[in-house]
Amino acid sequence: MSKVTNILLVGVGGQGTILASKILAQVALDSGYEVKMSEVHGMAQRGGSVVTQLRLGEQVNSPLVQQGEADIILAFEQLEALRWLPFLKKDGIMIVNTQVIEPMPVIIGAARYPEGIIEKLQAQRERVIAVDALTEAKNAGNAKASNVVLIGVLAKKTGIDHELWQKALEAKVPQKLIEVNRQAFAAGYALG
Amino acid sequence: MSGNEAIARGAYEAGVTVAAGYPGTPSTEILENIVQYTSIKAQWSPNEKVALEVGAGASIGGARALVTMKHVGVNVAADPLFTVAYTGVNGGLLLISADDPGMHSSQNEQDNRYYGKFAKVPVVEPSDSQEAKDFVGIALQISEDFDTPVIFRTTTRVNHSQSLVGLKEPQTPVLKPYVKNPQKYVMVPAYARLRHVVVEDRLVKLARYAETSPLNRIEWGGKKIGVITGGICYQYVKEALPEASVLKLGMSFPLPEGLIREFARGVDNLFVVEELEPFLEEQVRALGLKVHGKDIFTRIGEYTPNLIAQKILLTIGAQEKAEYLASPANSGEPVPVRPPVMCPGCPHRGVFYTLKQLKAVVAGDIGCYTLGSLAPLEAMDTTICMGASIGTALGMEKANPEFKGRTVSVIGDSTFMHSGITGLVDLVYNQGQGTVLILDNSITAMTGHQHNPATGKTLSEQPSYQVDLVKLVQACGISRVQVVDPFELKQVKAVLQEEMAAPEPSVVILRRPCALIVKATGESVETNQENCTGCFQCIKLGCPAISKGEKTVMINSALCTGCGLCLQVCKFSALVKVGGKGE
Repeated sequence: MSKVTNILLVGVGGQGTILASKILAQVALDSGYEVKMSEVHGMAQRGGSVVTQLRLGEQVNSPLVQQGEADIILAFEQLEALRWLPFLKKDGIMIVNTQVIEPMPVIIGAARYPEGIIEKLQAQRERVIAVDALTEAKNAGNAKASNVVLIGVLAKKTGIDHELWQKALEAKVPQKLIEVNRQAFAAGYALG
Repeated sequence: MSGNEAIARGAYEAGVTVAAGYPGTPSTEILENIVQYTSIKAQWSPNEKVALEVGAGASIGGARALVTMKHVGVNVAADPLFTVAYTGVNGGLLLISADDPGMHSSQNEQDNRYYGKFAKVPVVEPSDSQEAKDFVGIALQISEDFDTPVIFRTTTRVNHSQSLVGLKEPQTPVLKPYVKNPQKYVMVPAYARLRHVVVEDRLVKLARYAETSPLNRIEWGGKKIGVITGGICYQYVKEALPEASVLKLGMSFPLPEGLIREFARGVDNLFVVEELEPFLEEQVRALGLKVHGKDIFTRIGEYTPNLIAQKILLTIGAQEKAEYLASPANSGEPVPVRPPVMCPGCPHRGVFYTLKQLKAVVAGDIGCYTLGSLAPLEAMDTTICMGASIGTALGMEKANPEFKGRTVSVIGDSTFMHSGITGLVDLVYNQGQGTVLILDNSITAMTGHQHNPATGKTLSEQPSYQVDLVKLVQACGISRVQVVDPFELKQVKAVLQEEMAAPEPSVVILRRPCALIVKATGESVETNQENCTGCFQCIKLGCPAISKGEKTVMINSALCTGCGLCLQVCKFSALVKVGGKGE
């Protein structure tokens, strides 16, 4: 069977995971891969847990990434990183935004937000990169660009041509926001 | 392209000129994408029954038509479906049923392939975006060649997964001539009896067609394992067992008996892999063939390639291979769930906060406001289906007089237009006493902000006649109707108490636009740390912008829209608008 790269993007509805996955998919397509992507829209704006699944290779059948098979997890929030950890390969890479968004059960006191998540992740996987994407995005000019900061970190890790990432950014990001996003991407790339 | 984008493109390429539907995940984006093709007249209908009737009319009028809905929507459209199955079509007619195994956004996971068998119409199932596009044209041709509506059945993973699609030049739409033919289109019993004979005959012809249709094919691989499958499960099977032989069914009903027998003869172990019900399996079994299906696979939820491989390999005795595929154990630590919530600034929030205070019995309905059932608001007793709230409340009142004066039904503007009006008429006509709350946020929100007859705009954002909800409920016989701002908690409480106590039916319209479609003009709120006693009453609003600090409350200004609900709830003036005094 042909080699397929599996990538999960996980976060909270409203964080821009879907835009990030579109940039990633564009780069994969431009690199000549067959790409299949799966998303669940229902929670896109209602603050629920969202995950986009990307598979790229010579030939891809199922659009779903299975447990223990993700090569890379891009996590936009700490709790979601912990939730989806079982999907990461033993030698997989996790890039995790250190942002914390408390779910409603935690806010009302019915559940506790786990402590020391980054340490827990690093204890279970060798390649965990923690990034304060929110601060980097604010420095670049807009807190909402933290998704693109994370894409920048991922871009460096994959080694795919910088040019292709720029091209995908131009194609997928609204024109008036392109400068902020270029800077956010650069900030992430520098950290990778 | 996503499956939905591909279906829209397929409609364009196949010369469809009329499309109607009602929003419902995972089908919604089909019509939203059809709008870009100006050769297609696309519309949101108030509900799926009307949408199918519009589609049927377009078909009878000579055009190719497409109707879209989620799986439960077909329940609403079932009445016209069963009779259009008898009348047949003129221009091709497709009914898209977007099913939801795993219930990602639905109240059940019913398997709508059965509608094909029940209504005696063919069912076509694509397995990826390319097929989602190509099969539209093929299905429309089947519709015209065999004089039948066709059910085009997808599941969430096909609608919302993206894969590569090759495009074709669109064909010029053809308008078939209309010939008056009451024996075909007027289903009085005398004519319907004639049509039933045609329907049975048609099924035989369709089964014969299935044997050589491009929708179905055998992919010969190894002899040991043979899998009959279709839809997204085809992709999972190819992933899980690349060496197995596969009978791929792009048409799930009627089935090609000859092809199935030929396939069964060529393999040692025969399996059917299908999510939800043994729809294919039962028909294979009825041919007298030995086959595995629901004896090893569950009827509940979605499958994964590993699950499929594991079950099949275990069954044929490949023990070690099967064990290798067993799911790795979880990290062990329980991770808090993250349920969806009402957005900061949602106009529904204060209503449910108040209903809980009043200890009301709440018959709920389907929309963003269904989230009023979750913690901490927990102010809903029932939610069954679209429009059910009003009838349910009436029924409770009739069953037990103790429910009078305590029971309200809660329904949104779009849901009310969909199927709430008839419930309201029942309430008045059969002399109930209940109070109906119409939550009018000027949009169909949960499905991603679509227009409806109460918003004043169409699918293509054209201004149109806007239904006057006040006049409408008055015309139904309601004399007590009030319009209230759901951000004014005192007024909301007073009006609800007044109307619930009134010995006649009443309607309260709570009107304010959805927080996501208006620019937040209110200033953000912040905590006055000196005044905050840590009573955390405001937390009971369940607003994602409000959280518990160590001893006092913290407001996330990035999320806060300044709706002012928490100010009204705080007894200690501890919440204030930034830069100003509390109100």
